[in-house]
Amino acid sequence: MPGRAASRFLRGIEQGKILGQRCPSCRKVYVPPRGACAACGVATDEEVQLGDKGTVTTFCVVNVPFYGQKIEIPYVSATILLDGADIGLMHLIQEVAATDVHMGMRVEAVWCDPADRKPTLESILHFRPTGEPDAPFDSYREYV
Amino acid sequence: MMREVAVVSFAQSASVRAEDTRNEVEILMPVVHEAIERSGIGRKEIGFTMSGSCDYLAGAPFAFVSGLDAVGAWPPIRESHVEMDGAWAMYEAWVRLQHGDIDSALVYAFGKSSLGDLPDVLVLQLDPYYVAPLWPDAVSIAALQARAWLDAGHTEEEMAGVAARSRKAAMANPMAQVKGDHAVSDLMREPYLVSPLRRHDCPPISDGAAAVVLAAGDLARRVCERPAWIRGIDHRIEAHSLGVRDLATSASTRLAAERAGVDGAIDVAELHAPFSHQEPILREALGLGDGVDVNPSGGALSANVMMAAGLTRVGEAAERVIDGRAGRAVAHATSGPCLQQNLVCVLDGGVAA
Ligand SMILES: [Zn+2]
Repeated sequence: MPGRAASRFLRGIEQGKILGQRCPSCRKVYVPPRGACAACGVATDEEVQLGDKGTVTTFCVVNVPFYGQKIEIPYVSATILLDGADIGLMHLIQEVAATDVHMGMRVEAVWCDPADRKPTLESILHFRPTGEPDAPFDSYREYV
Repeated sequence: MMREVAVVSFAQSASVRAEDTRNEVEILMPVVHEAIERSGIGRKEIGFTMSGSCDYLAGAPFAFVSGLDAVGAWPPIRESHVEMDGAWAMYEAWVRLQHGDIDSALVYAFGKSSLGDLPDVLVLQLDPYYVAPLWPDAVSIAALQARAWLDAGHTEEEMAGVAARSRKAAMANPMAQVKGDHAVSDLMREPYLVSPLRRHDCPPISDGAAAVVLAAGDLARRVCERPAWIRGIDHRIEAHSLGVRDLATSASTRLAAERAGVDGAIDVAELHAPFSHQEPILREALGLGDGVDVNPSGGALSANVMMAAGLTRVGEAAERVIDGRAGRAVAHATSGPCLQQNLVCVLDGGVAA
């Protein structure tokens, strides 16, 4: 039972849309939204559709095999600040060598086939580099 | 000399069997906002924030932390949590206000039992060596206590009488979940759920939240025309093992009542008695006479939000003092199997003697 805000987010993912919510008080955009701004303590009911692109703010290279692992190691799990969002989203970075992933790298979502999309973040297979120049540190320093 | 502290506002959600769309924060937020608004104290002026909830209901460690999303904990606030009913959170807030450096506290509690199988989840509070491995569900454990109480010379009609009165009282409570006008003779024809308990002897499973605001001394007098002053508060615990205590009585409630100053002047009592036979056990331990109006809200038999039902008793009692319907009230909360832990609080609208 994810709640109303998270349910809307997951239904959006099913349709290939990333939906956040804006706080009416501090104007920050949460994604995935939880229905509340934790800083202000008010409900966030203004919906904001975000694009597929964002910036890697921090990341981790996973080198340790574990039971149930589906992805070949080493792989990269990263915090991605989507353009227009005020909180990072955790996802995988692929289609690039782990050693080349870095802070400020511009990435975009790679969606699964529309027919296979379900209300889960797994409908985004991973993020991959866009090839754009790196985002300047000042553009994401607040979110590191 | 204890510092004077009062309940100045109360808010609760409607109790429902299952909140199908809202998560805990979405249930809690309007309740917290309403309690703060009714207190007349600004949200940023609240000195201390205190919560009671249970991670076992959500099935996730530190699930209580998300409750703070409803409060607005930035810039950082002073806050704490108990893995207990919100009535115990209120106790901690009362102690915190005794320190004297702050004058107000928000206390909230929430529970979403519909996420799991509550009678089985409650097995996890039992002694992990001898009892929990037998996996006795919460209704069966309560039935053991009801049997002990009946064997001590009581009747199933008394239990049905408590259920009938609670459901009738709940008809006047828009937040209650189970209500109705039933004849005791009709209830007695119902089949047993777990002998000797029938369905009406057991509480509903509820989702919901509750919140109160406490204020000390002059602040309480300034924001509330008639604060519900906490004249006494105490809580006591009995042995965890069910086999070493007399389940037909409540020694811990009796002791807590003595320490809290429960006397013959009580008008209203809100007792946290989730099962019908527990109400007469508590009445006796508290020494309440026939003139006391017991559970005018409908009590836990009508709405039983785990972790909030005890705090709701405090709120329901306080509300009656604040609006003048009661002069002196007692609020009781319980925790653990078969009334293992009991908290008693005396609320009074008059000036201190
Ligand atoms: Zn905000």
